[in-house]
Amino acid sequence: MRTLIIAEHDGQHLNEQVARAVTAAQHWQQPVDVLIAAAQADGLAAQAAALQGVSTVLVAADAALEHPIAEHLAALVVPLAANYSVVLAAHSAFSKNVMPRLAALLDVNMLSDVLEIVNSNTYVRGIYAGNVLATVQSSDAKQVLTVRASKFSAAATGANAAIQSVTAPAAPEGSRWVAEAFNKSERPPLAAAKVVVSGGRALGSADAFKDVLAPLADKLHAAIGASRAAVDSGYAPNDLQVGQTGVVVAPELYIAVGISGAIQHAYGMKDSKVVVAINQDPEAQIFKIADYGLVADLFEAVPQLTAAL
Amino acid sequence: MKALVAIKRVVDYNIQVRVKADGSDVDIEGVKMGVNPFDENAIEEAIRLKEKGIVTEIVAVTIGAATHQDILRHALAMGVDRVTLVETANSLAPLAVAKVLKAVVEREQPALILLGKQAIDDDAGQTGQMLAALLNLPQATYASQITIADHQATVVREIDGGTQTLSVSLPAVITADLRLNEPRYVKLPNLMMARKKPIETLPLDSLNLSLTHSVQQLKVAAPPERPAGVMVKDVNELLSKLRTHEGLLP
Ligand SMILES: Cc1cc2nc3c(=O)[nH]c(=O)nc-3n(C[C@H](O)[C@H](O)[C@H](O)COP(=O)(O)OP(=O)(O)OC[C@H]3O[C@@H](n4cnc5c(N)ncnc54)[C@H](O)[C@@H]3O)c2cc1C
Repeated sequence: MRTLIIAEHDGQHLNEQVARAVTAAQHWQQPVDVLIAAAQADGLAAQAAALQGVSTVLVAADAALEHPIAEHLAALVVPLAANYSVVLAAHSAFSKNVMPRLAALLDVNMLSDVLEIVNSNTYVRGIYAGNVLATVQSSDAKQVLTVRASKFSAAATGANAAIQSVTAPAAPEGSRWVAEAFNKSERPPLAAAKVVVSGGRALGSADAFKDVLAPLADKLHAAIGASRAAVDSGYAPNDLQVGQTGVVVAPELYIAVGISGAIQHAYGMKDSKVVVAINQDPEAQIFKIADYGLVADLFEAVPQLTAAL
Repeated sequence: MKALVAIKRVVDYNIQVRVKADGSDVDIEGVKMGVNPFDENAIEEAIRLKEKGIVTEIVAVTIGAATHQDILRHALAMGVDRVTLVETANSLAPLAVAKVLKAVVEREQPALILLGKQAIDDDAGQTGQMLAALLNLPQATYASQITIADHQATVVREIDGGTQTLSVSLPAVITADLRLNEPRYVKLPNLMMARKKPIETLPLDSLNLSLTHSVQQLKVAAPPERPAGVMVKDVNELLSKLRTHEGLLP
């Protein structure tokens, strides 16, 4: 049998998590194919074909797939799935939307956000906001899962896999893409950044994110993250929320500024290599998971830090 | 139009659960339970749509033991019209839950099906999408804004890097994100009144479903603890640690 990866992309670039999913897919020791569904797929197919370990790139090119929706993608994969014993994707807003729909159409259970592949049907995943690691085994004939990309290294490039086109089904009726609004930023994408500087409620305003946090992030070429409290207060946009119900990050350096360290936030950042916490409350939870803790007023410490870099 | 809201009873979000000594499962005995937070957003949204005159009746449903009646009472106290408990002693995986909910949807024929985007216990985030698939209905997940007109729902969804807007024809399945709304506070008199309201109970067996249990939990463990960190006295010490110990900064 074979393994199929559903690739995420923005129409031009393959998401960097796809290369990590390719590494995860090697665990089954069978040919790994990548599916690209797009309006214009040539460039994307070439990017996927270059990934070491990919056997065949399946390309569904159709104008209706310019903004692929879950209904369309799931309908596309169901007939293909007959050739595959494993269908996987990197865990992201995109795949969280598509993969459960696909699994249900295939009448199999799904494993979300797998941290470790123990063997061909046994996995470790986090439950209760990552406070518990569960080892689970699936007896389904087809394994459908999403993997935590940061737990797998990226496959190297330089390969030249075969490219094969597949036919997309008609776009399903009843669902229509209307618009997308991305928060423009010159910063690295949060989920892939090597350094993340995150701000909490203590920043107190969107201006403080701009005036206090951004200069530090600029110096470190960092992505900016935020706690839910900061997002809910309107200091930072939604997609910057780090945590159980936001983005999970695992950078080399995570600097938590004015963040208390609630379990829901910790879930999203505790795989960071080095965690620095700046908080004025010496009792703050965040110090328990920080490698370096500084008890200080952020409005003094952060500008000092920025100036010293 | 009728709205159906599916809700789950989970450990209170403030509680840090522990693993049983034998590693067989999580120890939730005597732990405070409540409505899954995202499901509360789903209930709130249904109520707001009713207050706007778009929804006429709201049915809330949960699946579980008799003890799960408490979250249905909570839903009634928030303003839901009717509640159903599909009673079973087993805990069901998302696919099985979706199959049960499908049977309930077929009985109730709602135009709008609302769920939370994920449960904070298993963190699976699958049920809404699976239900939509089984019913062959459109789905709109992670909704932070829902506008309904002419049997269409326009949904703003939270995605990586921003938002996406979808238009789905009803009936459809929509899952709620936290930013969809702020669930109302339940007042004590409402809770008292909710105690007197009937709860419909359907034994799971009466639905005649064949549910497979293909995922087995072999063991659970606490994650490895991070080694204790170091407190530094000022910014200079922090910088020197990051530079010399970690080799992280220029
Ligand atoms: C279902 C659910 C899901 C959730 N998901 C997430 C999630 O994904 N991500 C997330 O982050 N949260 C999430 N939360 C919320 C989480 O529980 C916390 O409420 C939130 O993380 C707190 O944010 P905070 O640390 O910014 O704010 P607070 O808890 O208010 O902490 C602010 C901190 O700043 C410190 N401080 C104040 N002033 C200063 C100063 N001048 N200098 C230095 N320090 C200062 C304080 O000592 C305090 O520790 C979720 C909650 C629920 C119920």
